[in-house]
Amino acid sequence: MAFLALLALCVLAFMFSVRFGELRLGLPEIVTTLWRRDGGLDYQILWYIRLPRVLLGALVGASFAVSGVILQGVLRNPLASPGIIGVSAGGGLAGIVVMVLLPRHGGAMVPAAFAGSLLAALLVYVLSWKRGVSTIRLILAGVAVSAMLGALSSAVLLFNAEKAGGVLDFTIGSLSTRSWRHVEQVWPYMALGLLMAQALCGRLNILALGDDVAVGLGLQVERVRVALLATAALLAAAAVSAVGLLGFVGLIAPHLARMVIGSDNRFLLPAAALLGATLVMACDSVGRVVMPPSELPVGIIMAMVGPPFFLWLLRKVSYEA
Amino acid sequence: MKLEVNKLTGGYGAELVLDGVEFSVPSGAIVSLVGPNGCGKSTLLKLIGRVLRPRAGDILLDGRSLSAFRGGDCARCLAMLPQHRHEPAGLSVGELVAYGRFPHRHALGLLNDDDRRIVDEVLAMTRLTALRSRHLSTLSGGERQRAWIAMTLAQTPRLLLLDEPTSFLDICCQFEIIELIKELNARGGTTVLMVLHDLNLAAACSDQMIMMKERKVYCAGAPRNVLTVQNLRAVFEIDARVNYDDAGCPYCLAMGSARPRDRA
Repeated sequence: MAFLALLALCVLAFMFSVRFGELRLGLPEIVTTLWRRDGGLDYQILWYIRLPRVLLGALVGASFAVSGVILQGVLRNPLASPGIIGVSAGGGLAGIVVMVLLPRHGGAMVPAAFAGSLLAALLVYVLSWKRGVSTIRLILAGVAVSAMLGALSSAVLLFNAEKAGGVLDFTIGSLSTRSWRHVEQVWPYMALGLLMAQALCGRLNILALGDDVAVGLGLQVERVRVALLATAALLAAAAVSAVGLLGFVGLIAPHLARMVIGSDNRFLLPAAALLGATLVMACDSVGRVVMPPSELPVGIIMAMVGPPFFLWLLRKVSYEA
Repeated sequence: MKLEVNKLTGGYGAELVLDGVEFSVPSGAIVSLVGPNGCGKSTLLKLIGRVLRPRAGDILLDGRSLSAFRGGDCARCLAMLPQHRHEPAGLSVGELVAYGRFPHRHALGLLNDDDRRIVDEVLAMTRLTALRSRHLSTLSGGERQRAWIAMTLAQTPRLLLLDEPTSFLDICCQFEIIELIKELNARGGTTVLMVLHDLNLAAACSDQMIMMKERKVYCAGAPRNVLTVQNLRAVFEIDARVNYDDAGCPYCLAMGSARPRDRA
């Protein structure tokens, strides 16, 4: 029942997001325009600009949210979000380096950010290894590596201040000018990550009870943990490389979903994915309509509207993170 | 299920916590491990529960070496309640107990009728049926402890390892837990090995006691032979009186520390 509500919410956000913006068409017109494929301006805008943008927003939201659910479970910490294992800082540095130092290779942005995110996550994992991984070491290594990579990013920007403006979109998280090419570049990794997450979520339930309990229940703890961390890193890396350092959705979508669904990750994962997609699509459409003709990046809306809404819900629903 | 431990040595990293530990637990017995803090009781339980790997020596379940079991096979006959565990936000009693069926899981991880029947039975046995949809965070210490024990019972183990199952509970809750363990043992013949700090509780509920001191088993046997004035002085460094109740079960009254003043 709760699932149907979440699904309906997601569909609603999708329709809202396709409908509103610089070009405003009624839903029937949108359907007929897309159906006729007449090549007119409306069709061009809808098919080449609006749809890939909305779709990418949904994919990115779902990926960040599922990554957040996995990390909160694996690290047994309600504050965990995709940024905590270094993916944001790593992807950010790689993205900034490509944009500022190699402006002619703009096409390499997404792959570079993707690789940077994964490398940073790998570095964090390796640094926290000492006869197995402890969650505390992992969190602290993540914070340390993120701080270091963030400083490098700032240094690169500082010495190239004249080009820093163009990078701002990326460091906030933005869906503007995203096209089908971006969707094509990241969706296979996101699909793979979401499938892996769904396959592992029963084991995530067990791992979340603590290492000793999980061993007692016959779980191969280190193997499952590395598989889950890799899945979370893959999802977050794909999302970061597509939209930049969009924060917050990976933190709040899991908590919102938990209020509705409960803590069983087998149901929590798909619920969080739907909510994450809904949040990003909704915030992006708000950013498009609040101050036309210019638009606010989704990252700004998310960070401005998200926290008050989240805190209001936290107080309303009896919930202990 | 019979448990044998042969010349077991193990610890954390370079530190040796157990050195040549030997004992056995007969099938169907309730055995308590007692000893001062830091003597290696919990480490011993972790080695048997496969949380740690032995440096040397062997652990046998019904004559079969623990290292010959696959992880899942082992979890279907041996359950462990460790001291360190985590309760995710919003976890309900029913969910936790159902996780105990994890080693017996089927395709897609769904519960079948058998699983559901076992979960219901375990909840009834631990008197948690009315609380099954409550969140763990809303329960009292005693109820919470019963919920965790229920999870290990849902595993339908033949050997149950419990690390300090009665610590931090009031005296009534302590008895509830012990009575539950005795009932389980009497009903299903489950073998129980548990770490207890309360010597009198251990003596009253156990078929055998194992007293440990400094990485080794100091003595083992019937409570009558283990809980003696001499052993308490040698292992716990206390002056104690030992008396016997009507059934001949020993109980002790600690009179004071027997530790030399200059060492303390």
